[in-house]
Amino acid sequence: MSVVKPKHQRLVLLLFAVSALIGAGLLAAYALRNQAAYFYVPSDLVAKPPEPGRAVRLGGMVQKGSIKTRGDGVTIDFLVGDGKVDVPVRFRGITPELFVEGSGVVAEGRMEGTTFVADNLLAKHDEKYVPREMKDMSKAQAAAVVAETK
Amino acid sequence: MIAELGLAMLWIAAALAALQLVAGCLALTPKGGLFMGLVRPVAIAQGVLVAGAFAALIWLFLSTDLSVKLVAGNSHAAKPWIFKLAATWGNHEGSMLMWVTIMSIGGGVVALVEKRLREETLVATLAGQAFVSLGFYAFLLLASNPFQRLPEPAAEGQGLNPLLQDIGLAFHPPTLYVGYVGLSIAFSFAIGALVTRDVGPAFARAMRPWVLGAWIFLTLGITAGSYWAYYTLGWGGWWFWDPVENASLMPWLAATALLHSCSVLASRGALKAWTVMLGVVAFSMSMVGTFLVRSGILTSVHAFAVDPTRGSFILALLAIYIGGALTLFALRANTVTEGARFSFVSREASLVFNNVMLCGILGIVLIGTLYPLLTEAMGVKVSVGPPYFNPVSAFFAIPMFLIMAVGPLLRWRDDKAARITWAVAVPAFLAAAALLGIVIFAPAVSVLSALGLALAPALALASLMPLRGRNLRRTPLPIYGGVLAHLGIAVALFGMASESAFSTEKLAAMNPGDVQQVGPYAITLKGIDPVAGPNWTALEATLAASYEGAAPIILRPQARTFSNPPGNRTESALSTRWNGQLYLVLGEEAADGRWQMRLWWKPFAPLIWYGGVLIALGGLLALVGRVARDVKRLVATDKIAFRRTAQGR
Amino acid sequence: MSAQAPGKPGPKKPGLALWLPLMLFAGFVVLVIYGLSRNANTDVVSAFIGKPLPAFDLPPASDDRPGLATADFTKGKPRLLNVFASWCVPCAVEAPQLAALAAKGVEIDGVAIRDRKQDLAQFLAQNGNPFARIGRDDLSQVQLAIGSSGVPETFVIDGRGVIRYQHIGDIRPEDVPIILRKLAEAGA
Repeated sequence: MSVVKPKHQRLVLLLFAVSALIGAGLLAAYALRNQAAYFYVPSDLVAKPPEPGRAVRLGGMVQKGSIKTRGDGVTIDFLVGDGKVDVPVRFRGITPELFVEGSGVVAEGRMEGTTFVADNLLAKHDEKYVPREMKDMSKAQAAAVVAETK
Repeated sequence: MIAELGLAMLWIAAALAALQLVAGCLALTPKGGLFMGLVRPVAIAQGVLVAGAFAALIWLFLSTDLSVKLVAGNSHAAKPWIFKLAATWGNHEGSMLMWVTIMSIGGGVVALVEKRLREETLVATLAGQAFVSLGFYAFLLLASNPFQRLPEPAAEGQGLNPLLQDIGLAFHPPTLYVGYVGLSIAFSFAIGALVTRDVGPAFARAMRPWVLGAWIFLTLGITAGSYWAYYTLGWGGWWFWDPVENASLMPWLAATALLHSCSVLASRGALKAWTVMLGVVAFSMSMVGTFLVRSGILTSVHAFAVDPTRGSFILALLAIYIGGALTLFALRANTVTEGARFSFVSREASLVFNNVMLCGILGIVLIGTLYPLLTEAMGVKVSVGPPYFNPVSAFFAIPMFLIMAVGPLLRWRDDKAARITWAVAVPAFLAAAALLGIVIFAPAVSVLSALGLALAPALALASLMPLRGRNLRRTPLPIYGGVLAHLGIAVALFGMASESAFSTEKLAAMNPGDVQQVGPYAITLKGIDPVAGPNWTALEATLAASYEGAAPIILRPQARTFSNPPGNRTESALSTRWNGQLYLVLGEEAADGRWQMRLWWKPFAPLIWYGGVLIALGGLLALVGRVARDVKRLVATDKIAFRRTAQGR
Repeated sequence: MSAQAPGKPGPKKPGLALWLPLMLFAGFVVLVIYGLSRNANTDVVSAFIGKPLPAFDLPPASDDRPGLATADFTKGKPRLLNVFASWCVPCAVEAPQLAALAAKGVEIDGVAIRDRKQDLAQFLAQNGNPFARIGRDDLSQVQLAIGSSGVPETFVIDGRGVIRYQHIGDIRPEDVPIILRKLAEAGA
């Protein structure tokens, strides 16, 4: 194999690098379109459900009195609501410390039929931490609650 | 008194940095010869003074001087001394001082020892370093003075975040800092070389030990951080593609690319503009990472104290330094002379390929990390996790691993593929056989894990190939370093693939006396008891774990509650064997009085971190080899110079 | 490399490409500046600020303090409304700060969320009782109605029963002056 001419070498390297990086960008754009987990509030989830099996996040309030533990002691069912609709959620695992009825939760998982199956629950109220999505969520929900109590 | 002394030293150091910048700029003017000799001593003095200021802060923390605001806010007299020490940098102001300290000491060392570079280039480099550190001095002195006193001393300190009261985490951030800041020195070299249009092998040789050192620390920092997240979050995972983790991975990827392109430039005088560009990118990624973590612009499972105002300050520095460097690059890169030529089958070509693949992965990670921010600008909220990162980065990583097996065997400049046929064929055969074996015996394994499992042994074998036919005693250390680092990649890859392919998990509610089987272990819950530590209380489960019927070992996972400041943390219990790791987490008490337990058996998982340590060790060998050679050369030139003067030449 | 036509001027193309990194970086800076400004704006400002308290009338949660109703907040003087529970660890941690506020003459009312009488009595005995009244909210109805998503949270209510400030999480010593200032603003 011959050594590349100097005049061409820089251009070849540049073209290779730029095309690889553009390739990376396009690949990323394509993959993100399919793989990014969208954030839903319960009413959105009911109105426009994502295709089953697609990873999404669901944020809302754990409805009071809705947490039920199954016989195996580690699977729980509960309702997540936003003041308009409630979505049944199933979670198998150890719940975070701040997961209590009446407080906010973000569940990561997917729809199976009409049930949201969560792989992971995020419920944080310590360190003045509010999940980013919850800031707006509580506003939307707050508006709904105001409308109801009027 | 100590606090005032520290502050004074910090101010003088900042003034010296300003002097270093001005003198450096003047020295580069046509009539600036006068200032040329000033820059080195100023840089050394600056390094010494900042080190003094940092030592003063450490002293204040160790003696718990509660009249200092920072100490009162972040430490506590009752804390073990090691955590008092860690509290020095476990907060914003202290960590910034540490950043400046490492940076200026680095500059001082460069001024002290660097003899190969042209004097103009060195002066430009030191001026660049002073310019970068001035921004951080301004930040420290104007917006976050670590030595500020309280009007009246506090009665007691306010402790430290319980998450930070962990020996791993106490030393994890400074490890990453050394890495980030080491890259700032590489950045300064790149600026210096661009300014004087002196991009050549001498520049690469001067920059290489700093890149290597930074890279070692980054590798260790990422490895330790991953292990910390693994045992402390209690989720059983070791990498979450969380923004904070990505922030440390991106500089590592850039530094890895830089390290390899540096060696091309040092040995062959090729890839000039590319190496300079990577020098800028690597430090940019450090600053971008710091910015993303500190500004709170992205949410993370590692909930750190964040402050948007500080974020804007770091962003301003980022815009000035990186924007300036990229402008300089765009203006100057065309005037950098063309590098030496090479063919498509050569060591250079393989390194170029790997460099581009690394940059591809870097791009993928950066885009994925920033994507939630981008969509939010359009009003849609998303989070990006492993379903994106794993396959997309593998798309670039797998070709990279393949070339990584071949590259070190190739000669510089031009080579014949036929020459290395056998050295490539044997690992290739091994990989194919392993893949076939997995497809037949474990068809349920996912594609990525199967590829990883098949590639890892082949890659391990291939990484040893460069030693083939060499006299092992006379092989230079850097070669061993490369071999070891590549072997480390293979080992870590095997651990990752095995962990994701073969982990078994059991989630159960147990009464004392119950037995659960997970993997080869039978686990019996003996009891649950409250225990208390110095500043926490916990529920502790006592479990007896028996490996395939052998005598049981006792493991005690805890759920801890910290009192000052309040917080909770799980302490998982781990038991490591040569062939895997048992991982136990205690959950909550279920309504019927049973206890939730989460049990994992993770075959070969510890290899992930052993691999990381091997990679860092490889870097260390290379660094020792390079530095030893440099020192030898330095001594030799000094001897010659001495003889010449002695002979009265 | 065969793609390169011989007539094309060689250096011009790379010349433009060299500016590409700078442009990408500028894009990044624009994006994060947007992100930062957005972050600053949404910093947990409750939609309820400026709204009157919803109507409620809670039974007493403990034997020695009366219950709590909306009417208690419309007597002309600003008050603090503290949402808490005996089962909440940060609530115990903020007790000294509440006591300090009470010592400065601030009137504090509590809403105990899903609590039991005996637990609450023990909690108050242990951590002090800075409350003038404590309402019992077993179904979190009031908590939800005032936009509180967890415990503890503290609201500044002005003398006409309008929510003026919401503090999320436990009150740290450094938060006390902020709350005092908000109370003063609410009284003005």
